Amino acid sequence: METVLPYANLFLLGTLMTIRLALGALVLGLVLGLLGATAKLSQDPLARALAEIYTRIVRGIPELLVVLLIYFGSAVALTRLAELLGFDRYVELSPYVAGVLALGLMFGAYATEVFRGAILAVPKGQIEAARAYGMGPWLTFRRITLPQVWRLALPGLGNLFLVLMKDTALVSVIGLGEIMWVSKIGAENTKNAISFYFVASLIYLALTVVTMRGQFHLEAWANRGLPRDTR
Amino acid sequence: MKPQIAQFLINLARAALYALTALIVLGICYGLWTLDYAVIFQYFGRLLRGALLTIELVAISVLIGFCIALPTALMRVSTNPWLRNTAYAYIFYFRGTPLLVQIFFIYHGLGQLDVIREGILWPIFKEAYWCVLIAFTLNTAAYSAEILRGAIQAVPRGEIEAARAIGMSKALAYRRIILPRALRIGLPAYGNEIILMLKGSALASTITLLDLTGVARTIIARTYTPVEIFLAAGLIYIVINYAFAHGWTRIERRVNRYLAPRI
Repeated sequence: METVLPYANLFLLGTLMTIRLALGALVLGLVLGLLGATAKLSQDPLARALAEIYTRIVRGIPELLVVLLIYFGSAVALTRLAELLGFDRYVELSPYVAGVLALGLMFGAYATEVFRGAILAVPKGQIEAARAYGMGPWLTFRRITLPQVWRLALPGLGNLFLVLMKDTALVSVIGLGEIMWVSKIGAENTKNAISFYFVASLIYLALTVVTMRGQFHLEAWANRGLPRDTR
Repeated sequence: MKPQIAQFLINLARAALYALTALIVLGICYGLWTLDYAVIFQYFGRLLRGALLTIELVAISVLIGFCIALPTALMRVSTNPWLRNTAYAYIFYFRGTPLLVQIFFIYHGLGQLDVIREGILWPIFKEAYWCVLIAFTLNTAAYSAEILRGAIQAVPRGEIEAARAIGMSKALAYRRIILPRALRIGLPAYGNEIILMLKGSALASTITLLDLTGVARTIIARTYTPVEIFLAAGLIYIVINYAFAHGWTRIERRVNRYLAPRI
C-alpha cells in the first residue's frame, strides 16, 4: 500500500478522467441511440438501411479496434483533409475526443436496439387511443411514446453504461490519463504491479457499485407512477 | 403543432438526411479510392494467421470457462450461504472490473510475487499466452455463470415439481430436467457472451500476443497504414462474428425445435 499512496493524487485525477470520458460517451451515445432507433422504425428505407449498417458494423468489431481505428484513422483522415485544404501539417484528435467518439459510437449502436425495443414496448392501445383523440403522429410520439420510452429503456441503458464504464479502460491504450493509464505508470515506476492493478480494480468496482445504486434509484423514480410489484 | 408544419419539418429532415448521406458516401468513396490496397493484399495472409490465434484463444477459454461456469452457477443457486456468497463474490469481481485490468493483473501483477516466481507454475505465468488464456477463461466463466443462473431460475417450476413428484432425487432432476432445459433457455444469451468474448479477445494484443489485432498493430508499426490494416482486421472480425452468430442460431433452432409451432 505504501507504494500506491504517493499516487493517490494521480489516481484521483485518473478516476475523474474516467468519469468524464464515460459521461461524454454517454451523452453522444444516447443521441446516436435515439437517432438510430427513430431511423430503424421510420418509413424511410434509406434511414432504415443506414441505421442497420451502423449497428451491424459497430457491433461486429472489437471495442479495442474501434478505439484504435478512430484515433489513428482520424489522424490520417484529418491530415489528408488538411492537405486538401492547403495546410501542410499533421492533425490529430486528442485521446479524449477520440475516446468519447469511439465509446459513444459503440454505446449508440447498442442503445439503438434498447430504444427500439422500448418504443415498440409502448402498448398499441395507448397509441390508438391517442390517435382516436385526434392527436397527430408527432403529438402522439411526443406526449405518449417518448415519456414512456425513458422508463422502459432504463434497465437496458443502465447495463450498457456499466459496460461503457469498463470499456473506458481501453482508452489508456491511446494514452489518455485515466485509471488504467495511471496504474500502468505506477506499476512501471515502482515495479509493484500487483498493488496498482488491485487498486485500479477496486476503483472500477466502486464505480460499478455506484452506477448500480444510481440505476436502482433512477428506475424506482421512473416507475413511481406504476402500481408496485406485490409479489 | 399544425399537421402542415409537422409534415414540412419531416420533409426537411428527410432532405437533410439524404444530403448528409450523399456527402458521407462521397467522402467514404474518396477515402476508399485513396487507400493503399497493395498493403492489404500483401499482409492479408498474416492477418488471417492472427485470426486463427484469436479463434484458438476464444475457443479454449470458452470451453474451459463453461466447465467453471456450470459449478459456479450451481453454487449461486444453492441454499448454502457460504457457497452462494463465494460464487457471487467471484462473479462480482470479474464482471465489475475491466478485462484489461484482469489481464494486466495476472500477467504483470502475479509475475512479481516470489511465491509464483519460485513456484512450479512459473513456466505458465511467465508466458503471455497462458496469462491471457487464464484471464479470458476466468472472465467468461463469470459472465457465463450468471447467464446459467438466470437460465436455471427460468426453468418452469411445474417441470421441476413434476420431476420430483415422479420420484427423481434432486441430483437426478438436475441432470435430466433442470440442466438440459436451462442450457436451451440460456443458449441465446450464451451466444452473445461468446461474441463479446470474441471481441474482447482483441485485448490479447496489449500484452504482445499476435492475435488478429496484435498482428494488425505490428504491421501498422512497420508500414504506418492504420486505416487500411485496421479496416481489413475489422472486416475479418465481422465475418467471424456473423458466421458464428449464424451457426449459433441454427444450433438454437435445432435444440429448441420441440418448442416450435406444429404445422
